[in-house]
Amino acid sequence: MKQGFIRHFTTVAAVMALGLGASVSGAKAAETIKIGSFLAVTGGASFLGDPEKKTLEMYVEKINAEGGVLGRKLELIIYDSQGSPKKAVPFAKRLISDDKVDVLLAGSTSGATMAVIPIVEAAGIPYISFGGAGVIVNPVKKWVFKTPHTDTLAVRKIFNDMKKNGLTKVGLLSGSGGFDKSCRKQTLALAGPSGMTMVADETHGKGDTDMTPQITKIKNTPGIQAFMYCGFGAATSIVAKNFKQLGVSVPHYQTHGSASMSFIKNAEGGAEGVRLPAAALIVVDALPDSHPQKKVASAYRDMYTSKSGDSVSTFGGHAYDGLMIVVEAIKRAGSTNKEAVRAEIEKTRNYIGADGIYNMSPKDHLGLDEESFVMVEVRNGTWKMLK
Amino acid sequence: MFAEFLQFLFSGITVGAIYALVGLGFTIIYNASHIINFAQGEFVMLGAMSAVFFVSVGMPMPVAMLLAIIITIFIGLALVKLAIEPARNASIVTLIIITIGASIFLRGAAQVLWGRNFHSLAPISGNDPIMIGGAAVLPQSLWILGSAMLIVMALRYFFDRTLIGKAIVASAHNPLAARLAGINARFVLLLSFGLSAMLGAVAGFLIAPISLAYPSVGIMLGLKGFCAAVLGGLGNPMGAVLGGLIVGISEAMTAGYISSAYKDAVAFIIILGVLFFRPSGLFGIRGTERV
Repeated sequence: MKQGFIRHFTTVAAVMALGLGASVSGAKAAETIKIGSFLAVTGGASFLGDPEKKTLEMYVEKINAEGGVLGRKLELIIYDSQGSPKKAVPFAKRLISDDKVDVLLAGSTSGATMAVIPIVEAAGIPYISFGGAGVIVNPVKKWVFKTPHTDTLAVRKIFNDMKKNGLTKVGLLSGSGGFDKSCRKQTLALAGPSGMTMVADETHGKGDTDMTPQITKIKNTPGIQAFMYCGFGAATSIVAKNFKQLGVSVPHYQTHGSASMSFIKNAEGGAEGVRLPAAALIVVDALPDSHPQKKVASAYRDMYTSKSGDSVSTFGGHAYDGLMIVVEAIKRAGSTNKEAVRAEIEKTRNYIGADGIYNMSPKDHLGLDEESFVMVEVRNGTWKMLK
Repeated sequence: MFAEFLQFLFSGITVGAIYALVGLGFTIIYNASHIINFAQGEFVMLGAMSAVFFVSVGMPMPVAMLLAIIITIFIGLALVKLAIEPARNASIVTLIIITIGASIFLRGAAQVLWGRNFHSLAPISGNDPIMIGGAAVLPQSLWILGSAMLIVMALRYFFDRTLIGKAIVASAHNPLAARLAGINARFVLLLSFGLSAMLGAVAGFLIAPISLAYPSVGIMLGLKGFCAAVLGGLGNPMGAVLGGLIVGISEAMTAGYISSAYKDAVAFIIILGVLFFRPSGLFGIRGTERV
């Protein structure tokens, strides 16, 4: 049943690819360079899709005002997938076969990305995703790249900092959301190979208002040296408040899920001393001028905040990096030949972006390592970069 | 060892008092109409979010609280006028479904109006925990518990001693007979939603310092508050408070002594068990009717 479906799927995709190949060979030069996109502009994941759409639009406009790429203007085609994989699939097909785009910069969620990968692979079109999950590029797929960092990188960064401080016995608390669960899974999987021992593994429910029982239990775990929390949203502040209320003395680590000023503000003092890995973009003011990403990240932030009126988020940064990587690749390839552009994206080296410094290779279609995160500590109500 | 137990107990009381406060809101509307108002959690959210909003524009706390109450009451009344009254001849189940729709609408509207971010509200008497026997409890928890007890007493008095309170109970019990006795059913419905909205708003700004305020905060609060109300026997204010405390303390003890993974499950198992053996709740009045 499933196999039949997949076979059917590939046939459809292959037919589409043939049609595409025929039309491309008949295309004339000096046309616009078409960038196709489907994003979760509305719906539950709009906090991802909305800044991504705004970022793509404002930078395409900027590039065109400066003369375009290879003397050709960029043309952006965006559809609203509402974060649904089901809706993303027909949009991806339409972008490839009807709109005949040159490259895809799309997919706010990992679900939507995974759903279109078979189509993209069959059609043979360079595709950069904004989905978070590591599975998008692991194992490597020929045409698929992504820009957002993965949980694995964040967890590695945290473990590195713990080791540096001689902390190896960690008590873990995590929430019940998608981010929380994925983070917990990565933490438990990476603990052994990194030489860490997880001495406690507690969870809390969605919308919980008090985590003191879990934290009390972790606090009283024999041998505990550090506390780590995997979570997102209001719970990050509640955990920090409870942690302070109980007077726990071990170092307190949270993840990039907590990297927002709301976390600090709403923890009402509880966030003091909390350490976490953050994207350079979020803590750009805490970076020293010598930091390689300082210039890029602050330029993007200033442009985004002044044009959109919203505060900057890492999600828009993913779109910025995706667009810039593609533009650079097209410039190096000297054409929009799909295979040439794909090969050039794969050769991206030392591209300094908002999310980190990308070094892609045939084996690595993300190109970021844990250095793309900056380890920060909350001091006096703001971020302080740690060496 | 004992300090640990005490800490779990305090956490249970904190959470339980929150559930109780939310659960109380269900009792009034249920007493007036047998409607279970699933937008009660959203009343709580509106109270919290509007208090946060008024404080953020620079109003002093008492004024912000008062305005939050007024706005939430207004929305409660609008809910009756615009959604419940036009369908008043429909069955109770239909009306309950309408309140679910209203809750989704209110949540969406709050998101559009105030954004998705979360906010905190200053606690009434500081954030420094009170230490008792090696366990820490926030003063705000005591405020919540105390307010819940006060509200219970006020509601008891209202339903048992005042004419209007008796009219509310009467019109739920037998709407036709109540109307024949000259009770204005539409007014009673309006009044009950207004009172519930007020209770929700009070719960909202009392809870916000602990739970924080964000547009979807009402979902779980409403659900757990409903559990508290059902466990204690729907319609019985004291039952809602005891129900809330039972759910809260069992959650905390499970998280502390068994595993936090089973925390929510245990609370729901208790509720299922109670409802299986005592369908009218722990403190509910059995459904006997005089002929």
